[in-house]
Amino acid sequence: MNIIVCIKRVPLTQEVDLEVDELKKGVKKDALAYVINDWDNYAVEEAVLLQEKFGGTVTAITIGDEDDEEILRRALAMGADKSIRIEPGERELDGFVISKILAKTIRDLEYDLILTGVQADDDNAAMVGTMLAEELGLSHAAVVTGMEPEGSDAIIRVELEGGMDEVSKIKLPSLLTIQTGINEPRYVSIMGIRKARKKELVVINVEDLGLSEDDLAQRTMIEEVFLPPETEGAEMIEGDPSSVASQIIQIIKEKGVSI
Amino acid sequence: MGEIFVVVEHRKGEIREITFEMLFKARELCQTSSHNLTAILLGGKNSGFVDDLAKWADRVIAFEDNRLEIFNADLYKEILDRLIREHTPFLTLMGHTSWGMDLAPALSIRTGLPLATDCVDIQTEDGRPMVFRQIYSGKLFSKVSFKESPGYLITVRPGAFLPPDDVEESQGKVVRQELPAGLTEPKKEFIEFVDTGAGDIDIAQAELLVSIGRGVGEEENIATIRELADLMGATLSCSRPVVDKNWLPKFHQVGTSGKSVKPKVYLAFGISGAFQHVAGITGAGTVIAINKDRKAPIFRVADYGIADDLFKIADSLKEKLGNG
Ligand SMILES: Cc1cc2nc3c(=O)[nH]c(=O)nc-3n(C[C@H](O)[C@H](O)[C@H](O)COP(=O)(O)OP(=O)(O)OC[C@H]3O[C@@H](n4cnc5c(N)ncnc54)[C@H](O)[C@@H]3O)c2cc1C
Ligand SMILES: Nc1ncnc2c1ncn2[C@@H]1O[C@H](COP(=O)(O)O)[C@@H](O)[C@H]1O
Repeated sequence: MNIIVCIKRVPLTQEVDLEVDELKKGVKKDALAYVINDWDNYAVEEAVLLQEKFGGTVTAITIGDEDDEEILRRALAMGADKSIRIEPGERELDGFVISKILAKTIRDLEYDLILTGVQADDDNAAMVGTMLAEELGLSHAAVVTGMEPEGSDAIIRVELEGGMDEVSKIKLPSLLTIQTGINEPRYVSIMGIRKARKKELVVINVEDLGLSEDDLAQRTMIEEVFLPPETEGAEMIEGDPSSVASQIIQIIKEKGVSI
Repeated sequence: MGEIFVVVEHRKGEIREITFEMLFKARELCQTSSHNLTAILLGGKNSGFVDDLAKWADRVIAFEDNRLEIFNADLYKEILDRLIREHTPFLTLMGHTSWGMDLAPALSIRTGLPLATDCVDIQTEDGRPMVFRQIYSGKLFSKVSFKESPGYLITVRPGAFLPPDDVEESQGKVVRQELPAGLTEPKKEFIEFVDTGAGDIDIAQAELLVSIGRGVGEEENIATIRELADLMGATLSCSRPVVDKNWLPKFHQVGTSGKSVKPKVYLAFGISGAFQHVAGITGAGTVIAINKDRKAPIFRVADYGIADDLFKIADSLKEKLGNG
């Protein structure tokens, strides 16, 4: 089974004070630490697990700059065989353009399965996966929590809202967007990443793919990025942990819960 | 005058809430820019949905066929593509749900119409839509415009537009249509639904929930919060990453893909407040959030906030309750 997995490097933003950049089109990125998108980490693991079971190759692909090669090496260290980075240059990319670039790159490769994450942790769009599937004319499913090949099909599990999964049978080749929790991604050591330097990493320039200007034109444009309005919000309880704890206990009791 | 399409979402014989949320927002947009509101139903034979939908829309276009009873992106996108080409609606709204994530991006490529996902507000400026969305899990907002096009696709965040109880009823015209001939054989075939939420305890019944998120850091640390929950007589619940890492079983998970809870008090320890989590606590009486990031989105929905290390607060709580 030959598998392609699309991955993205994203900034860690949870415990960081994000600042909007001068053009108000994004965040100031200099001080941020980057990691592989959490959903994509599960997708790489799923690809490697399937390859270990059924053979074939795993190819990891990212559209990004040189720094983003870090996640390709990480994927190689997890067990991917080959990797491709597409250099976008200064172009602005929305999900549409990304899916066009990925489709053009993947079209001539051999594959039975393409995996993406459900969503990227930066834009939270959940869009690239099934756009790419449609570009390539593949069967697809979003928010997948299980996958088992069965001849020329696969039995898949899709997560619905409210604690419900849907099991179905899908024809291969297929594109699945992978949900967190589908597996337990393996640990990657620095040594492992160093060793993976021997594996293939091909760099392609987006201008060499032969896409038209229309394909490379964004369909949605960020006009402005801004911090959430501070109007509404929680009443903050300040003070040392002991006094905060007393206040929490008091609130709980006031709300009619006996503790 | 144009049209706004709302794609009706349903499951197991019920229309999903997101449908009414979209119809409500679409009605507001129709009023400001004099469009017509059309609900598009792709459902099973005699779904029984049509009358309900007619109260919310100017028109219901209904395809009722047993092949459509359970959502199937292959069939749905083909039918919607044809319908959109025929009517050229100004906007087509779908839910930012499991369905919508499968369907909308594929439909965007098929129709050639631009798509913006997970929108929390929709406006129009100079005859073009302008949408608002959240990025970085709600830490920032963005305003997004579209490339000019005959129509636009938008997926709507569940819970973003809550209709009031007294929505004025309309008497929409119902147009029943047969499935077009020559549909492509779907590449996906439904097998069954599986309930994943059941377990030893039902967090939906708890009066007091002590809930932990990724901020708890390590599996070993769960024990100290469990002790706190026991001391308080509270039930332990969690956000998704805690379940993903197998630190707690799935039936502890709060959120869109877990459970909706309605405790009198919900204590959130180290949970950032992504919408998929927060959607599960709208029924909570009082939310108290403890997070060391003062800018965490959870503080926008909590009643009380503590910007501090969760373990410090948990230890102090334990000390007080242990001695008291
Ligand atoms: C289709 C879909 C369905 C989903 N369904 C659900 C769902 O049902 N439920 C759900 O919860 N999520 C769900 N998610 C995931 C959701 O988008 C978020 O990724 C998730 O809720 C984040 O969990 P978290 O807040 O625990 O982790 P994070 O976002 O990583 O936040 C951790 C927080 O802990 C804080 N922190 C760290 N250390 C400490 C400390 N020592 N003291 C205090 N605070 C600390 C950090 O500041 C941060 O705010 C779903 C996602 C998708 C795409
Ligand atoms: N720049 C990129 N390079 C490769 N894959 C990407 C890129 N951006 C998004 N993806 C894939 O598409 C998925 C969904 O991203 P998004 O639609 O941006 O939320 C991600 O989880 C990745 O698998």
